[in-house]
Amino acid sequence: MTLGERWELLVRWAPQLLEGTLVTLQLVGIAVVVGLILAIPLGLARASRHWYIQALPYSYIFFFRGTPLLLQLFLVYYGLSQFEMVRQSALWPWLREPYWCALLTMTLHTAAYIAEILRGAIQAVPPGEVEAARALGMSRRQALQYIILPRAIRIGLPAYGNEIILMLKASAVVYTVTLMDIMGVIRTINSRTYQYEMFFLVAGLIYLIITLLFTWLFRRLEIWLKVDASRKR
Amino acid sequence: MFDLHGFGPALVEGTWMTIRLSLASVALGLVFGLLGASAKISDNRLLRGCGGFYTSVVRGVPETLWVLMAYFGTVSLMNWIGSYFGNPHLTLSPFVAGTLALALCFGAYATEVFRGALLSIPPGQKEAGQALGLSNARIFWRITLPQLWRVALPGLGNLYLILLKDTALVSLITLDEIMRKAQVAANATKEPFTFYFAAALIYLALTVIIMAALHWFERRANRGFTRTEL
Repeated sequence: MTLGERWELLVRWAPQLLEGTLVTLQLVGIAVVVGLILAIPLGLARASRHWYIQALPYSYIFFFRGTPLLLQLFLVYYGLSQFEMVRQSALWPWLREPYWCALLTMTLHTAAYIAEILRGAIQAVPPGEVEAARALGMSRRQALQYIILPRAIRIGLPAYGNEIILMLKASAVVYTVTLMDIMGVIRTINSRTYQYEMFFLVAGLIYLIITLLFTWLFRRLEIWLKVDASRKR
Repeated sequence: MFDLHGFGPALVEGTWMTIRLSLASVALGLVFGLLGASAKISDNRLLRGCGGFYTSVVRGVPETLWVLMAYFGTVSLMNWIGSYFGNPHLTLSPFVAGTLALALCFGAYATEVFRGALLSIPPGQKEAGQALGLSNARIFWRITLPQLWRVALPGLGNLYLILLKDTALVSLITLDEIMRKAQVAANATKEPFTFYFAAALIYLALTVIIMAALHWFERRANRGFTRTEL
């Protein structure tokens, strides 16, 4: 196959590749944002000093961090249909759709990782600052809102950026439940053209470009939030 | 607890395959990691460039893609190599392809761990070896490597836990490990939840065992050292 023919093939499939990229970005984007919202109470509970508050989020995090995403995806997409109760429930129209299953699984998965990042960040806030806030007469709640969380967000931000990239790469398994993300489109193209080497390379390049863009974007964000400035002390 | 419909032994076989795959990948991955770290801290600009290229490319592409590439993407290459040895149908087995792909990914992350650990060893150690007239290879094997483990172990342990979960991806290229055994059983019995949940419990059990083993290794590697406590 000549270079010209390869180029023609690439151009012919470009719209589908773009669509697949958008599906991937959409899934990852929603998952990491909703995951962050879910992770805040989980992370706070994990940083608690009481074991009974820690226990439930700990088991959740242990399960989701200890098993592969692919397995969790199959557990939700194929597994839930085993129960008559689920199939009769009002949620079934959503739980039947691969898109919602993938989104649900990815969100729950990433929430567990983000919660651990948040816990680490909260515990990394210098105790002197919390004591200073309390000494100024702030209530626990105020100290959390004005001192601990703003500091923890800056401390945890680089790790959150890493988590987004890890999620982007982990999302490549959703094609197994028939979703047309980047990998899903690549699989379709491969089964039509048999140009495995070429299109795997294309997929790799797409992921690589997104990763590099994200890395750059997060570095800008860290500069803007002065993450380095707060860390230098 | 569960009714496994006689698929219990199959799951045990799958577990054994997962363990073998993860150990093979980690063995090869450690070699990649050491080579990558040596390249990254070398004085040669070309080698440094290669090391940087390896880590940024491999870490920027999904593990799933590496696994598929190692299996489906190497068919014509292997056929071409095989044709020189009189076997034009030569291909990589799922186990070999999976090991290569997982080792490649493990190695890229391990490169960073080893690089940090190598930089933490005082240069005086190497100079002392040179003063004693040891060859570079011997200095690495006898002086650097034994001290490297202690620093690198926590990072490598985390990577091994990640690798364990990535072995599930090799089910996509039909290797009979836990995930695939669970899939077969789920299809045969029409009880997907039971088997995927059983598989999840196996992964969690393996994680706990590995964590305990790592703890033991770390204690052993840290004999004679005090730990910095805040």
